[in-house]
Amino acid sequence: MAVDAGRYSLTLSRRTRRRKGVNVLMQALATLAALAAVAVLALVIISVARRGASALSWDFFTKNAATFGQSGGGVANALVGSLVIVGLATAMAVPVGILIALYVSEFAPPRVGDLVRLVLDVLNGLPSIIIGIFVYGLLVIGSGQAAWKGSFALAIIMLPLVARATQEVLALVPSTLREGALALGASRWRTVLGVVLPTSFGGIITGTVLAVARAAGETAPLLFTTSIAANAVTWDPRQPVLSIPYDIFVLSESPDPADHARAWALGFVLICFVLVTSLSARLLLVRYRKRLEG
Amino acid sequence: MEADTMNVVAPIEIAQPREAPRSASDLEIVFETRGLTVSYGKALAVSDVDLSIYRNLVTAIIGPSGCGKSTFLRSLNRMNDLVPSAKVEGEVLYHGQNIYGDGVDPVEVRRRIGMVFQKPNPFPKSIYDNVAWGLRVLGMKDDLDSRVERALTQAALWDEVKDRLKKSAFGLSGGQQQRLCIARAIAVEPDVVLLDEPASALDPIATSKIEDLMHELKNEYTLVIVTHNMQQAARVADMTAFFTLERTESGGHGVLVEYDETPKIFTQPADKRTEGYVTGRFG
Repeated sequence: MAVDAGRYSLTLSRRTRRRKGVNVLMQALATLAALAAVAVLALVIISVARRGASALSWDFFTKNAATFGQSGGGVANALVGSLVIVGLATAMAVPVGILIALYVSEFAPPRVGDLVRLVLDVLNGLPSIIIGIFVYGLLVIGSGQAAWKGSFALAIIMLPLVARATQEVLALVPSTLREGALALGASRWRTVLGVVLPTSFGGIITGTVLAVARAAGETAPLLFTTSIAANAVTWDPRQPVLSIPYDIFVLSESPDPADHARAWALGFVLICFVLVTSLSARLLLVRYRKRLEG
Repeated sequence: MEADTMNVVAPIEIAQPREAPRSASDLEIVFETRGLTVSYGKALAVSDVDLSIYRNLVTAIIGPSGCGKSTFLRSLNRMNDLVPSAKVEGEVLYHGQNIYGDGVDPVEVRRRIGMVFQKPNPFPKSIYDNVAWGLRVLGMKDDLDSRVERALTQAALWDEVKDRLKKSAFGLSGGQQQRLCIARAIAVEPDVVLLDEPASALDPIATSKIEDLMHELKNEYTLVIVTHNMQQAARVADMTAFFTLERTESGGHGVLVEYDETPKIFTQPADKRTEGYVTGRFG
């Protein structure tokens, strides 16, 4: 019997060839788009590093800005300022964020929990300049700027990040652990404190680090709350202090090309900080999830 | 010939010789459920259970999947409270007091009525702290070391862990973890220990250790065990309750079919459904 070659043919007909062509094209476009994202990040890092590298020096990290008309100087006051502002913001946002997460995952009725989660997501989406203006109206008008007021604004930005990240790891804590603790005659709160929180500790740290990385780069909320600062290192949160992102802005507005280089260098420092913290936090989270789910 | 002397009729071997069965009247009642009905949302899980559980006996609850065994067990220490949709009707009298009554604190209920779960669930803490945590929470902090040692000894685990008390409980085998959970439950000196298929995730050797343990523990505690393993019920239990799934148009729910001394359930069950289940014709 002769084999019906047309019917059982395994080579491409014209129609199937066209379909295959579309498939290849779309796959290529999608791959290119993904590559573009990687390329953008790489280009930003490389260009910032190239322009800023020349300004990086010991003096850059240890000295304050040079007084007008003089050369040299560094960004020590901005580094310390950011440390103070972000440190204080973390101290405000983390305990409240953890409590919110505990409420959502351990105590709230399911519907209320969903609502609070939604509110947190909306808060997370608020433009940071709005939060800056809000804190300006609330705390700055009438009494002036201070580092802690900037911290307060940053804490509002960090709050939903900490709360959502914590709530997500709390949801990973197996319910059998809670049952085991409750079956011993422990109250809800003792169960949370003794079993649930220690189990989710790694995840809470990760969420906090991610929030810190985000807050460190925020400029708008600091514009209104802690920008008119003396050119000196200050650890006092009652004084307005300079911060890394705001200093980048100030330096880039300067007529002196050396200041432009310093702006790039400071930008490079900020990028490195954010990259290192968020990457290590994500790595930690992956390992931690594996351990919890394993 | 040895084979001739074996009883070939009994479907399940009743392992150890038992003391003369005590009549139910001279046993102290720990639990008495009256018309206990539990539902999750609109779905009825177990309906209208009247059952008395006696002190210092092992009571087994057997039956096919979905017959409400675990639901029944979890209603004895108000673990169902944790499921928002669960609703309990009827009464669970614990030494005469309704544990669902007004003013009864579920935390206090669970402090007296401990529980061991299907899958070993040690806390992510050291072996020592797993046992000590409950003691600390309940304020039983005097002589912590000796309390921990006593609980681990009672759970037949002390010799295996005494040199590694500060190590993580996750390093133990499944069977050891489950005995640790039993030690954790008895350390706080409960009155009753509920065991929800405690050996179903364990291998046969670990299972037989848990069963041996139950024979020891019943001298001090009242034990209620849910099991889907009939041989296990026959080996460990003094009293056995058989639950089954009663099918209705709206699905089905668990009911108590028969409750009696274990040898009777397995050799001369009064109900056809029990007989069908224990002889393996159904379920």
